[in-house]
Amino acid sequence: MKHLDEYRDADTARRLAGSIAREANTARRYRLMEFCGGHTHAIFRYGLGDLLPANIEMVHGPGCPVCVLPTGRLDMAIRLAQRDGVMLASYGDMLRVPGSQGQSLMKAKADGADIRMVYSTLDALKLAAANPDREVIFFAIGFETTTPPTALAVEAAAKAQLANFSVFCNHVLTPSAIAAILEAPAVRELGAVEIDGFLGPAHVSVVIGSQPYEFFAEEYRKPVAISGFEPIDILQSILMLVRQLNEGRAEVENQYIRAVTRDGNLRAKQAVSRVFELRRDFEWRGLGHIPYSALRLKDEFATFDAERRFDEPYIASEGNKACACPAILRGAKKPTDCRLFGRACTPETPLGSCMVSSEGACAAYYSYGRMRERAQ
Amino acid sequence: MKIVALTGPDTAKVSLGGIVKEVSIALIDDPKVGDYVVLHVGYALAKIDEVEAERTLVLLAAEGADAIAEFSAAAEAVLAPP
Amino acid sequence: MNVAPRAPRLAAHRLDLAAGRVDLTHGAGGRAMQQLIEEIFRPAFDNPMLARGDDQAAFEVAAGRMVMSTDSFVVSPLFFPGGDIGSLAVHGTVNDVAMSGARPLYLSAGYIIEEGFPLADLQRIARSMGEAARAAGVAVVTGDTKVVERGKADGVFINTAGIGVVPPGLEISGDRARPGDAILISGTMGDHGVAIMAHRAGLEFETTIVSDSAALNGLVADMVAAVPSIRVLRDPTRGGLAATLNEICHQSAVGMRLNEAAIPFRPEVLGACELLGLDPLNVANEGKLIAIAPAEDATRLLGVMRGHPLGQEAMLIGEVIADPARFVRMTTRIGGERMIDWLAGEQLPRIC
Repeated sequence: MKHLDEYRDADTARRLAGSIAREANTARRYRLMEFCGGHTHAIFRYGLGDLLPANIEMVHGPGCPVCVLPTGRLDMAIRLAQRDGVMLASYGDMLRVPGSQGQSLMKAKADGADIRMVYSTLDALKLAAANPDREVIFFAIGFETTTPPTALAVEAAAKAQLANFSVFCNHVLTPSAIAAILEAPAVRELGAVEIDGFLGPAHVSVVIGSQPYEFFAEEYRKPVAISGFEPIDILQSILMLVRQLNEGRAEVENQYIRAVTRDGNLRAKQAVSRVFELRRDFEWRGLGHIPYSALRLKDEFATFDAERRFDEPYIASEGNKACACPAILRGAKKPTDCRLFGRACTPETPLGSCMVSSEGACAAYYSYGRMRERAQ
Repeated sequence: MKIVALTGPDTAKVSLGGIVKEVSIALIDDPKVGDYVVLHVGYALAKIDEVEAERTLVLLAAEGADAIAEFSAAAEAVLAPP
Repeated sequence: MNVAPRAPRLAAHRLDLAAGRVDLTHGAGGRAMQQLIEEIFRPAFDNPMLARGDDQAAFEVAAGRMVMSTDSFVVSPLFFPGGDIGSLAVHGTVNDVAMSGARPLYLSAGYIIEEGFPLADLQRIARSMGEAARAAGVAVVTGDTKVVERGKADGVFINTAGIGVVPPGLEISGDRARPGDAILISGTMGDHGVAIMAHRAGLEFETTIVSDSAALNGLVADMVAAVPSIRVLRDPTRGGLAATLNEICHQSAVGMRLNEAAIPFRPEVLGACELLGLDPLNVANEGKLIAIAPAEDATRLLGVMRGHPLGQEAMLIGEVIADPARFVRMTTRIGGERMIDWLAGEQLPRIC
């Protein structure tokens, strides 16, 4: 498979690992946060940790939209799905996440709610067109990658005057989350996390470009390497960060140059700005309230906004008190630091979103990496 | 994922390893058959820039090669007959 | 000249196999059901035991150990590239019996049919089942038919049970894997599950992904004849290679170490898994087997497998190791290590 297999090559991996090992300064530690859940997954799935020297530590970030969705918002989705005449369309990842009453969309479906898994907003539009007697609500989540598809779907629905289609919008913004990780006050409240550099997300950067990260590099003096998804991409990006740190640089480097430009995807950004506006405030699981970090539909599209259409209230919820997802999402704790990990909380019986989402740190560690702990 | 056919103003068929799927190309400028794209939730998000991809591969090929050359030279020196 | 009188016809008209549908009378035990059996099932399975028309089949029991297995088949869609529910029902149970090293002999077949199911499809399935049984060298000797109301069965469900005889000198069981043993598989992984899922997800193919559904008893017979020291045989069906290897680890109280680069996959299967967000190690196979044998017999066993049409792409993929935690580890294609765990719940594609 072109543009895939080359980035999974064993020989290239060996040489990159060799360079990293030679150039990493043994007198210091390198704490690098991979922001994106897709990167966390790839790191564990390929066993990349084995190719890195002991003084390079990958800290898992909050770039998993399933993981950072507050339980209260999921509860809203479940309540919407349970309304008469509603058909809720959702990406697969959300179906098994536990809500605050131990419910989940999957369980609600078993109890009779009409919930459909979709791979794309296009599928949701098709469902609305094919079922004019049902209210089809698309459960929109995700960072900047899934937002343009939602924007296009709303515009398509408006153009077709689809009267039975609406969106429950939970789209969030990457730079806001990175700021939350780095911001001093939040860090003071929730616990300090020392990060030396960032692996920038792949697909998000395709959309927003490399430019938004320049602020973090300059303001906080942290190097950023935007990385593709494949193991070779990740290794090359880690090498770039090691070199930046050794040389005292704090720049934004783009390893994923084959798909990411400085300005990103203009069409996608324009679609988003036509349809969405910033929310003043949004609660994130693990990161607390972050201003101007999430999106909602503009007033002209109010009829497609499920929250306004159905007047469903948001009730904040704590979730399981022993669940360490909040700290894990900030990189302050590892999955194995959570009392519930591997015991009460497993992929079969998930108590928190980090274990349900295949991009969550707990799920990735449990499925791919937990043999390490046992071996010790 | 390679575009193998344009099927509408905003849709195309892409192929990966012999599997063909219809996706949206509404977010891409000037898509053409033969272009490779990055795909996400049924939408092509960007074209893969073949020139930059080539540059990446060249950089990767050079990585660590000098180390291997150094090691080979050192090994030869050690093993050379006196 | 004495000619036996022609048996009187059961019904006034033959079944309308082209356009007719199954209705509740076909399962009621009366003439309609008899007609279904006579016009569809008996000709499809065509053997003397079934032709007697008894509620049971009688046969001599060979000396030695007998093996019995059962499975129910609820696959959807009923017809898929490479097979259908009928052939699958034969292959699945024949394989389960064969994984003990036994030679499969007889099958039973119980059909639960939904009211309104087209007779043409039923005939197609029965014929496919009959052909699969003949190709595998087994006979469907007894069966049952039930019809349920519309909506109570997804077209048709089939249960098959099978029996076989184990040749002497074989001890094949999931708890016999030992540290140091070699782990082999008979070919590419993930074909069947992807053929089904890709069909459901509406993907097209430049090259069709075909289910690998096949009867493995011929391959097994070759293997056990040449290498009677084989310790474990199992076919990685639901849950894929990952689930099956984990099962064996737990039964045998061992661990495993695999080499990802050695596991063969069809490119189309890898492509479909990329698109659907699946791990091919978790995807079902219906015509492949795992064999675990002493290390010193591995090369010979591999040769025997590759000499059979269903084992041409056989590979040695790893070894059994001592591990009280019973983990399956894999060295990934880029040189790191990861675990291969059972899959939790349904496979759901990733979105990030």
